[in-house]
Amino acid sequence: MTTASDIPATRRRAGRRPRLRASGAGDQHRAGPLALTTLVLVALASLFPLYWTLVAASTDSHRVISTPPPLLPGGNLFHNVGYVWHNAGARGMGVALLNSTLVAGTVALSTVAFSVLAGFAFAKLRFPGRGALLALVVATMAVPAQVSIVPLFILMKHLGLGNQLGALILPTLVTAFGVFFMRQYLTQALPTELLEAARVDGANSLRVIWHVVVPVARPAMAVLGMLAFVQSWNDFLWPIIAMNGATNPTVQVALAGLGTGWSTDWSVITAGALVGTLPLLLVFTVFGRQIVGGITQGALKG
Amino acid sequence: MATPTRTDRSDPAGPPPTAPQGRREPTALRSRLHRWGHLASPYLFVAPFFLVFAAFGLFPLLYTGWLSLHRVSLYNVDKADWVGLQNYSDLLFGPPSHYFWNALGNTVTLGVLSTVPQLLAALGLAHLLNYRLPARGFFRTALLAPYATSVAAATLVFALIFSPEGGMANWLLGLVGAGPVRWEAGPWSSQIAVSVIVIWRWTGYNALIYLAAMQAIPRELYEAAAIDGANRWQQFRNVTVPELRPTILFTVVVSSIGATQLFGEPYLFGGQSGHQGGADHQYETLGIFMYDQGFHSSMLGRASAIAWIMFGLLLLVGLANTLIARRLRSAT
Repeated sequence: MTTASDIPATRRRAGRRPRLRASGAGDQHRAGPLALTTLVLVALASLFPLYWTLVAASTDSHRVISTPPPLLPGGNLFHNVGYVWHNAGARGMGVALLNSTLVAGTVALSTVAFSVLAGFAFAKLRFPGRGALLALVVATMAVPAQVSIVPLFILMKHLGLGNQLGALILPTLVTAFGVFFMRQYLTQALPTELLEAARVDGANSLRVIWHVVVPVARPAMAVLGMLAFVQSWNDFLWPIIAMNGATNPTVQVALAGLGTGWSTDWSVITAGALVGTLPLLLVFTVFGRQIVGGITQGALKG
Repeated sequence: MATPTRTDRSDPAGPPPTAPQGRREPTALRSRLHRWGHLASPYLFVAPFFLVFAAFGLFPLLYTGWLSLHRVSLYNVDKADWVGLQNYSDLLFGPPSHYFWNALGNTVTLGVLSTVPQLLAALGLAHLLNYRLPARGFFRTALLAPYATSVAAATLVFALIFSPEGGMANWLLGLVGAGPVRWEAGPWSSQIAVSVIVIWRWTGYNALIYLAAMQAIPRELYEAAAIDGANRWQQFRNVTVPELRPTILFTVVVSSIGATQLFGEPYLFGGQSGHQGGADHQYETLGIFMYDQGFHSSMLGRASAIAWIMFGLLLLVGLANTLIARRLRSAT
């Protein structure tokens, strides 16, 4: 449901809000040289490992661990990237990228769809048991994934999903965070009068959702979709267990294979890290502010 | 997505409609269907979440408890031998207890090493970002960029930075005249290195959460404080920090839960010895220990017991945070 054309709209709408609210006291004070210097140093520390991934990925196995370390990119980037593209995780990083996109894309779509449905019900519909069920949703946010790993592994074996991408998708089809996030958003963003008007016009619930709720929820859907995508893409523990030894891994599993394998050719390993990070980094450079806006919205309004 | 009729018919609360096609009394039936649909639809909307949670959250949670009372092999998951509480007593007092207590201790020290500096730095950075700044967007994006990297990519790159041969960290130490450190080898050096990875990835994220909360603080509070003669530092301490208390508490809860589950960083930092948290288990966390016992040593029952102990610890962490929060709230 999150299509590319939705995203610019989100950017405009959700992106402006923090700026309008920016009335904190710090605002009228200009940053002094000390504050600026600190920020520049921290920004450098934040970005340097990313830059250095690129540098290391473009050297060769000897140069990458020489002293002093290389600080400028070398000429080996395409060779290293080509190598992991074809050789990482048995079938190569290219296949892994495709798998990760498939898993994270499916998870993002289903999270958004089911969260809109449930979030709408919790935000605007009155029904017996609503309070208790909502409390249950919030409580499930506290259940850590780690606790369920062993039975999930057994369950997936029984379902015939051992080493299959489905094993990664099924448990995260919808998240408590998503439901809660969408409920918080719709409670304040969706006017009850609008729903009543639609009901008076004789629209049934699904029609109301499609024609009233979804248009209102679109900015939150885009943010939630991106958050779910990022989380699924970067998930590590469950994929490494569910897909261990898979010939058809996701990016993270392929990276783990590079890191714990017999080869310690750091230029190849960092080339893998680069390939696995670049897609998300691009998404972040473009939509970073919306993602933060979404995170803080989910975090603060609880 | 379901069509309206299907929605109405799969109503779990009421009896099924008598004539599905509604030939006899179309209008009456339609209005009944409509009413049922109206009553049932909230439950249908929330059903997917609860079905997924029941199948892949609640059931596994309980199943873990059952498995923890059995001996189960990774290679024959259908055969479970009842052993009662032996997995627990082994972990707490038996042969593997040395590793269990070691992992528990490491989880605590790694948690403190990674969480405390991270949140303090985030608070300070948020304060700086709240100034009027040139290139504001750049600073925010730069601080958030590490969040976009996965634990796998970040850890592999830092493992190279902390590498004993030709690593960037030791080269920098050498520049300021300090001797090289064998980061992976020592308990403290390795835990600091692992914490640096966590801190690098999460500080900016927390700083931006703090920043958003700071910007919601009413300006009048600062003006009142300024009239009372409070300087910038006093304003930060007496206005900003108390106003941020709920947000700070939220980040403390989230970070300490994250720290309790630490897995990817120590696992990948150790390369081939990562599955046991280093050659001497010197940075083995509970998460690593569970993985190692279950998926390397094939003892799924024992791994389940570790999982339940972790769950108990997480509940304790949550409870402690709630109590502290209540204490703080009643104190103000």
